[in-house]
Amino acid sequence: MPHNLLNVITLVSVGAHPVTGRARRAEQDARAVELGLRLAGKELQLLHAGDPQVEALRAYLGMGLAEMTVLQQPPRADVVPALGDYLRDAGAQLVLTGSQAEVGEGSGMLPYLLAEQLDWPLVVGLAEVESVTEGVAQVLQALPRGQRRRLQVRLPFVASVDNAAPEARQSAFGPARRGQLRPQDVAVVEDMLLEEARLQPARPRPKRLKVIKAKTGAERMKAATAKASAGGQVLTDMTPEQGAEAIVTLLRDEKVLR
Amino acid sequence: MLDTLLPILMFCALALMLLGAWRRVSLWRQGRPSPVSLMRGLAAMPRRYLVDLHRVVERDTYMSRTHVATAGGFVLAALLAIIVHGFGLHHRLLGFALLGATVLMFCGALFVAKRRRNPPARLSKGPWDRLPKSLLMFSVSFFVVTLPVAGILPGDVGGWGLALLLLAGVAWGIAEMFFGMTWGGPMKHAFAGALHLAWHRRAERFGDGRSTGLKALDLEAPDAPLGVEKPTDFTWNQLLGFDACVQCGKCEAACPAFAAGQPLNPKKLIQDMVIGLAGGNDADFAGSPYPGVPLGEHSGGPHQPIVNLQGKGLVDADTLWSCTTCRACVEECPMMIEHVDAIVDMRRHLTLEQGATPNKGAEVLDNLIATDNPGGFNPGGRLNWAADLNLPLMSEKKQADVLFWVGDGAFDMRNQRTLRAFVKVLKAAGVDFAVLGQEERDSGDVARRLGDEATFQRLARRNIASLAQYRFDRIVTCDPHSFHVLKNEYGALGGNYQVLHHSTYMDELIADKRLTLGQHKGGSVTYHDPCYLGRYNGEYEAPRSVLKAIGIEVKEMERSGFRSRCCGGGGGAPITDVPGKQRIPDMRMNDIKETGAELVAVGCPQCTAMFEGVVEPRPHVKDIAELVADALVDAPAPATQKPVARPDVLEVH
Repeated sequence: MPHNLLNVITLVSVGAHPVTGRARRAEQDARAVELGLRLAGKELQLLHAGDPQVEALRAYLGMGLAEMTVLQQPPRADVVPALGDYLRDAGAQLVLTGSQAEVGEGSGMLPYLLAEQLDWPLVVGLAEVESVTEGVAQVLQALPRGQRRRLQVRLPFVASVDNAAPEARQSAFGPARRGQLRPQDVAVVEDMLLEEARLQPARPRPKRLKVIKAKTGAERMKAATAKASAGGQVLTDMTPEQGAEAIVTLLRDEKVLR
Repeated sequence: MLDTLLPILMFCALALMLLGAWRRVSLWRQGRPSPVSLMRGLAAMPRRYLVDLHRVVERDTYMSRTHVATAGGFVLAALLAIIVHGFGLHHRLLGFALLGATVLMFCGALFVAKRRRNPPARLSKGPWDRLPKSLLMFSVSFFVVTLPVAGILPGDVGGWGLALLLLAGVAWGIAEMFFGMTWGGPMKHAFAGALHLAWHRRAERFGDGRSTGLKALDLEAPDAPLGVEKPTDFTWNQLLGFDACVQCGKCEAACPAFAAGQPLNPKKLIQDMVIGLAGGNDADFAGSPYPGVPLGEHSGGPHQPIVNLQGKGLVDADTLWSCTTCRACVEECPMMIEHVDAIVDMRRHLTLEQGATPNKGAEVLDNLIATDNPGGFNPGGRLNWAADLNLPLMSEKKQADVLFWVGDGAFDMRNQRTLRAFVKVLKAAGVDFAVLGQEERDSGDVARRLGDEATFQRLARRNIASLAQYRFDRIVTCDPHSFHVLKNEYGALGGNYQVLHHSTYMDELIADKRLTLGQHKGGSVTYHDPCYLGRYNGEYEAPRSVLKAIGIEVKEMERSGFRSRCCGGGGGAPITDVPGKQRIPDMRMNDIKETGAELVAVGCPQCTAMFEGVVEPRPHVKDIAELVADALVDAPAPATQKPVARPDVLEVH
């Protein structure tokens, strides 16, 4: 169901392999390209903000695209203004991104900031675009445990994809080698945060241990697949103070606060 | 009357033959250039035909003798007939010689006809069933026509009736033998076959040579096609080679994928290439089709894509991905056609241009690019299997007699047993060896055979750079795939090494009396020849001799040595995993079971994995290194005390 008249732009970044850290196409971004290819075919436009010399970008072209626009940006610049300006000028109707970059800040904030700057709606966890009629797209949004939610969104909008989106096609050497990286000079905005903050390697987030007391296989299966409902209670009709009190009590119980 | 009509008939047929030859040559010339010496090739052709080709044909004595009589008789008869009847040189002696030639040809043709009465399934029917009749017609007609020349019969015997009958016979005979030779009849094999021998792309194959390494793609040239998309992307002598096929089906009978019911038949593939060369569809193909693929649905032309991923092209992609690159077809082919080269050429296009490597192919290639091993394991764990073995590292030693190439089996728990066994053998023999450790990467074998020449060359160049830092005499490896690639395919990229398979090396150690070996205990044993050790590199003896040294008398399988059947693990076949009616390893395990052996000795991690994937009960699978390690006698061999000059070696225990 390619919509050849739809102006789709996929934002791509340079990824890093989780085992070796080698530069590669980012997993989620590649899925965004795949989604874009299924929607717009060869008309899909690729956009990257960064260094046009990075060879790993060619892996996206290897998926069968002739060129990619690269907004030239130094490593620690804030790329959101440049991307936003470009997207508005390019008349994008649908902007696809991954949910989170594999290197650098990786805050996952880019789609939100872009949507805010452009004043467009944002769909997170886009799994499929079912149809586009009269400026309104009917899409499926991925929810946890394989659930899908059908949404209607007016164009233009930004959508981020995660691992629920279709798997990216193979990147081939020939088109990757032939494809063109077209650099564009754009204004550079210093990143205020990086001015003062320092990057340090991420630590894995602490995870609550799930104690399974099941005795039979069936119970273990149930515990493994059941929704993560670790008890708790729903508080309604409370004053903010009472609510805050309840939260502090819970944090004390959980020994987060001492 | 015959005296006037015969020359006209013959020279017309010869003229048409020349016209057909010119047309055929121009079809071949659509291919890309290939550097072969035309004159030297032609000069070498008779020897290649009489020696190299007949060595293959000799395996089927019946056909070999039949062919000598028929072809020899025909060539002689044709030449003499042109002189005698074409130019009218009615000399009596020439007449007798011509009679002799036709009798010889007639006898041969009788045996051809006999083979055709209950033909094996591998033989093509159709025009090929007509051929023995044409051969008989040619020889009988020319025999009778020549009788007056030899003075046995008067010239006017039989009158008009017989003359017309003879004329019809001669016309049929020379239509098939002269005209058909260049216009696509069965006799095309003689014309194209002779030239194919002369201008073969792998001239090194002839004169006891061996040429099995894939040809490197020039990735630097931006205009060179990445593999073969359409028939004209083959080199011209590859196209010529396809035309040489006699459709004897020896390849079909040997092909493991065909036997397993996967959609591949090497003979049909070559005929499809001929269709692609000339244009048309496959409805008239008179042999066995690809299993499960009906005839008549595929067509192509010289400038049309061979594989059409959206619709029906000339060949389906699954056909190309079914091949295990075991080279059984090439080994059997009496016309020296290179099926595997053609298949890999077409795979290159699918992978490098279309990004269409099926099933797990893309994932494996991505892993090779990102982690230097097909499984996507952390390359830092490459030496974990030897954590307690204290292996000497090249990066520390800088030089050693033997560089032990571990291979990607390092990540496989089953193969780690083999590797540890081989290390035990090396240590027992006091060999001065070292490993590359984390500087070693996948050899690139799988990437190359999946068509990803770019990843192969990247891996190969980095391996060559690693190897260039150190001094060693020889590389020894337990993996025939690494062995083949290092030995035969790194040369084109600048890496030339002396490489040995571990069975060859152990054979040497045993011959040098550096191992104290007991006897094998544990039942009867058969041996499975790995394709990449046997057919690719001609090593059939060393593994058997090692087994003999530990007291094993190998119970040979019917298909062994150069006829060994593939385990199904080569060429990325387990990765692309094209479905068939049965699995290749199951078929091979049946071969093994037929010998009644309780254990099958192997020499390849792929074969081990494929055979251990066959459900039990079945014979046990052990690598030769494991068998030797089990038979080691602990008493210190005198040889271990010898290299005192290298104290660092002795510390390693």
